[in-house]
Amino acid sequence: MTPADFQTLLPEIVLAGYAMAALMVAVYTTRDKLAPVLVWATSGLFVMLALYIGFGVDGSRSVFQGLFIDDPFARFAKVTILVSAAAVLVMSQDYMTRRDLLRFEYPILIALAVVGMMVMVSANDLMTLYMGLELQSLTLYVIASLRRDSARSSEAGLKYFVLGALSSGLLLYGASLVYGYAGTTSFAGILSTVQQDVPVGLLFGLVFMLAGLAFKVSAAPFHMWTPDVYEGSPTPVTAFFATAPKIAAMALIARLVQDAFGGVPGQWTQVLAALAVASMVLGAVAAIGQKDLKRLMAYSSIAHMGYALIGLAVGTAYGVQATLIYLVIYVAMNVGTFAFILSLERNGRPVSDIASLNQFAKSDPLKALAILVLMFSLAGVPPTLGFFAKFYVLNAAVAADMVWLAVVGAVTSVVGAFYYLRIVYFMYFGAEQEAATSRMAPTQWVMLMGVAALMLLGIINLFGIEPLAAIAAEALVR
Amino acid sequence: MIGLEHYLTVAAALFIIGIFGIFLNRKNVIVMLMSIELMLLAVNINLVAFSSFSGDLVGQVFTMFVLTVAAAEAAIGLAILVVFFRNRGTIDVEDVNVMKG
Repeated sequence: MTPADFQTLLPEIVLAGYAMAALMVAVYTTRDKLAPVLVWATSGLFVMLALYIGFGVDGSRSVFQGLFIDDPFARFAKVTILVSAAAVLVMSQDYMTRRDLLRFEYPILIALAVVGMMVMVSANDLMTLYMGLELQSLTLYVIASLRRDSARSSEAGLKYFVLGALSSGLLLYGASLVYGYAGTTSFAGILSTVQQDVPVGLLFGLVFMLAGLAFKVSAAPFHMWTPDVYEGSPTPVTAFFATAPKIAAMALIARLVQDAFGGVPGQWTQVLAALAVASMVLGAVAAIGQKDLKRLMAYSSIAHMGYALIGLAVGTAYGVQATLIYLVIYVAMNVGTFAFILSLERNGRPVSDIASLNQFAKSDPLKALAILVLMFSLAGVPPTLGFFAKFYVLNAAVAADMVWLAVVGAVTSVVGAFYYLRIVYFMYFGAEQEAATSRMAPTQWVMLMGVAALMLLGIINLFGIEPLAAIAAEALVR
Repeated sequence: MIGLEHYLTVAAALFIIGIFGIFLNRKNVIVMLMSIELMLLAVNINLVAFSSFSGDLVGQVFTMFVLTVAAAEAAIGLAILVVFFRNRGTIDVEDVNVMKG
């Protein structure tokens, strides 16, 4: 353990130290009165760390005897995680204050979850992978049941806990088999083992680990917790679940298959392709009958994870790049959409059923227009960024001779367009009734309008994330 | 002579009992927590057996981490269960059904 090791780990150490210090300060002083300050302080710290990681470090280094790696891929994922977590935190403050939900634990738990995610994307060893994943998961179980007096929220937490713990168990069993048959827990060691020979036990381990991670990204057929947890959790928490953890888990899958099993792509491309197809089909079909916006977004996220998995399934650097671009755009779209869902209310109570959007465009044409753009983008209709996200992953599939995968992706995106456009239909041509009102805090308004504008303006050069994603993917796929 | 495969068989059996405990159990959520614990302990047997038979200590270090995390996980699971019980007055699996699915 040299100073250089700690230097590399600095962002994680700072964030973990901050979380613990903030917990102590809040407990011993004004408790929940401090919560709004903590929300802003935490998101400010997130943004500062994102700037530091994005501009202050370069190169690749593996520290703590290869337990932890800091490379362009990890940094790309970390910046996205930090920025999206900061955005969700800032826009949830108003909602939580008005519902009397804003406890000081909330920003602290989010900070700890983000530490876990940062460790996940930098994992270079099965132990680091497990510890990062558990730090993230354990925190998320608690956040899901944040509304202690609500049966729905505690039920969401319970379901998430049981299924999440089951998936951790699967992942861990896989990790133990991989350790046993490769004789080492380090990704580099596993890679050199599989390049000589792949014992059956190692394959079992790989499949178990992928199943456990598929739970975390809510890829079908391991998606069953997603709709219930999304619906039952408080909406700001749902917004958080739909963004940062997805990036972290997806980056972890990429890291595992490329760094530890990169020598034998034939063993995992089919598994990932099957997960991608199942998720896309299920996400497109099952969302059609949904009446609740949060549940709909759950199925939408399942479908989107399917598309993101296409990029990993093809196993090329271009595929990983496509996945990274997809994830960034997906997260931006979700932040915008949830900023809107957070603001919906009727008589001061939050609503999230789709019927409450009837004739919404009459009362609030500007927001309706922004949601129209976001829904077109989520559906992947051309002049929006969502189209380019899908274009990249499908293009990567075609380039790697997996045309059938691209065809399935194109067909399911057409089916999926139905339910996104149905929301637009309700807003503009829905039945005559009093629409729910949208009471927005300035932060939420900025998020919604900003993201909607990004979806249209971003098509010029994707804000330069394309070359950054390429560098990140090159660092991962060797 | 007890070989590696004996340990692996025991671990696999415990792991499968754990999974079945979660999916077939229709009675009580506490039993689910016990099943989760059983799965994690099966993994520990695996890790220690591999570690001992390959003469590599890393597996036992991993076991220590798993034990610690399992304790934290049980604590959080029970805490969520207590919150759930306060709201619903029951911890039967069949009553975890406010939301469909």
